[in-house]
Amino acid sequence: MRCRRCGDKAVLKIPRHNTAVCVACLNHYVLEQVKRAIHDHKMFDPGDRILVAVSGGKDSLSLWDVLMRLGYETAGLHIQQGIGHYSEESHRKTAAFARSRAVELIVHSLQEEEGAGVLELAELTNRSACSACGVMKRYNFNRIAHDRGFDVLATGHNLDDEASRLLGNILRWQEDYLAKQAPALSATHEKLVKKVKPLYRLAEREITAYAVVNSIDYVIEECPMSVGSKMLVNKEVLNRLEADAPGTKHAFYFGFLERQKAEDLSGADEKIQSCARCGQPTTAAVCSYCRILEKVKTAP
Amino acid sequence: MRVVLQHPRRETEVRGAKTVGQLLKKLDLLPEAVLVIRRDELMTEDEALGEDDTIEIRPVISGGDLDALSAVR
Repeated sequence: MRCRRCGDKAVLKIPRHNTAVCVACLNHYVLEQVKRAIHDHKMFDPGDRILVAVSGGKDSLSLWDVLMRLGYETAGLHIQQGIGHYSEESHRKTAAFARSRAVELIVHSLQEEEGAGVLELAELTNRSACSACGVMKRYNFNRIAHDRGFDVLATGHNLDDEASRLLGNILRWQEDYLAKQAPALSATHEKLVKKVKPLYRLAEREITAYAVVNSIDYVIEECPMSVGSKMLVNKEVLNRLEADAPGTKHAFYFGFLERQKAEDLSGADEKIQSCARCGQPTTAAVCSYCRILEKVKTAP
Repeated sequence: MRVVLQHPRRETEVRGAKTVGQLLKKLDLLPEAVLVIRRDELMTEDEALGEDDTIEIRPVISGGDLDALSAVR
């Protein structure tokens, strides 16, 4: 198979765009899609300081790599979850990536800062590990980005992530979540930092290919807590539809974004206030983070 | 040929697949969900395979916390 753009040997077929690309054209394609995402959703400007949430997986490390290639000023933020070997490996690969490119990496250990890792937090609060992890990540991503003066927080969510989440939200008609599912979420509270997903135009397979051809050493191992998750099932279903009709995921998610824009489902009317205990933004009187930490403090 | 699969990491021997596309069919894998790698290089579905090849099949799907940004609560 030859590259449709330059005629060299292709390394990736992209059926949804009816094309195939070589290594150089894959890199060009990925960079152009990210540039377009940043432009279309006014994610950030040259000169803005971007904090990239990095797990050590293919998406976040590729995102960090792309943003550096595009010349943006970035630093990474890694949350150490305390999930045994998986977390140790994730930290090791993230730190090695940052070292090799001489960029700043902020590491936040839940064990050291909150006094308990994800598994203990989940047990103490009767939440699932993913739910406890989500609260800890959301809170710390935002607080650290705000306290350290970053203009924006970038995450590595890709087209498959967004399409499968959309499918999950629609299947249960979670309309309040639909309003918040956007490639860019503006800061609607003085302590809330703008959040962006510059990879939303790229499929998971395209980003993995980018990581492979650029020798980005990411954690291939999956988080042991994600086994059997609904998101993985949704992704598999969407991939089956995609195999039958290339472009399905793109049409599904981008069709949603068009309707969201037309109907102004931006979630701007959501009431965000300051947590009575910590002052961080929340929609409740006391935020989930403080409610979880309360359980840690009172644990026997 | 020797095929290395991930999640969990395991190895298997596959015979009779002449191309990457045939190999994926034999293993009942969706091309959209994996990448096929030989000697650190990505392969497209039409590429020929040799019986002495060692092939890695790497899943591209990850679970992650997809609700990480869904709320500020």
